[in-house]
Amino acid sequence: MSVASLKVRDEMMRRIHAHGVETYPHECCGALLGRDNDDTREVVDLLPLANRRDDSPRNRFEVTPDDVRLAEKTAREKKLELIGWYHSHPDAPARPSEYDRDHAWPWYSYIIVSVQKGEPKDTTSWRLHDDRAGYDPEAIEIIMHTSSI
Amino acid sequence: MAVKVMIPTPLRAYAGKQESVEVQAKTVAEALTALTGTFGELKKHLFSDDGRLRSFVNVYVNDEDIRYLQKDQTQVREGDTISIVPSIAGGARI
Repeated sequence: MSVASLKVRDEMMRRIHAHGVETYPHECCGALLGRDNDDTREVVDLLPLANRRDDSPRNRFEVTPDDVRLAEKTAREKKLELIGWYHSHPDAPARPSEYDRDHAWPWYSYIIVSVQKGEPKDTTSWRLHDDRAGYDPEAIEIIMHTSSI
Repeated sequence: MAVKVMIPTPLRAYAGKQESVEVQAKTVAEALTALTGTFGELKKHLFSDDGRLRSFVNVYVNDEDIRYLQKDQTQVREGDTISIVPSIAGGARI
C-alpha cells in the first residue's frame, strides 16, 4: 500500500513550529484547515488553539468540542475544510503515542512536531487505521507558496 | 420517534458518506444502537470495548450535552437532532 501524502504550505509549517516553540515546554495544538480530494490533501491555513489540559500540559493536549466547532466554523468561513490537527511533543519524538492512538479519530491528518529543548525538530503526519489498531504515516510535502489564500 | 443523527466528518466514510442519518428511537442509547446497527463500522469509533461511549465522543440533543441531561437515557422527541461532536486529545508517551 502506498503512503498517503500531505501537502503543507511552507508558511503553515513555520507557524506550527513557532507555536510549538512558543508553548514549550508545554504541548501546543491547533486545527489544520485545507482541502481534501480523493488523491490529495493540502494544509492551507491553521487555527492555533489553546491546550485545555491545564493539569498536564507538558505531555497532554485537548481540544474541546466547542473549539472543534469553532474550527469547523472557521474552515467554512474560509471556504476550506477541517482536515486535521497538529500538536507538539516537547522533548519527545514526533511519533504517535499509545495515548495519541487511543484518542484519535479516523480520517483526520495528525501532524506532530517534536520540540527538543525549545527547538523544533522532526515533524511527522499520521492517520489512524480504520480498525484503530495503528497509524499510517503521511509523507509531508512542503509547498512553497507566496500568494494569499 | 424519527430523529436525525449528525455524523461528524471523520466518521462519514463509515456512514455511507452521509452528513446525517435518520433513525427511529426514544432515547439517545436507542438512536446510537440503531445507527451502529445499520453502520457497524461506526461502533468501534464511538464505543470502547466495555460498551461505553469513548471519552472524546460528545453527544448533544438539540445542542444540549447529554452529560448534563440523562446521559444515554436522554429521551428524544420527533424531529430532534442528535449531534456527535469530537473532542481532540493526545500527547507524548511520557
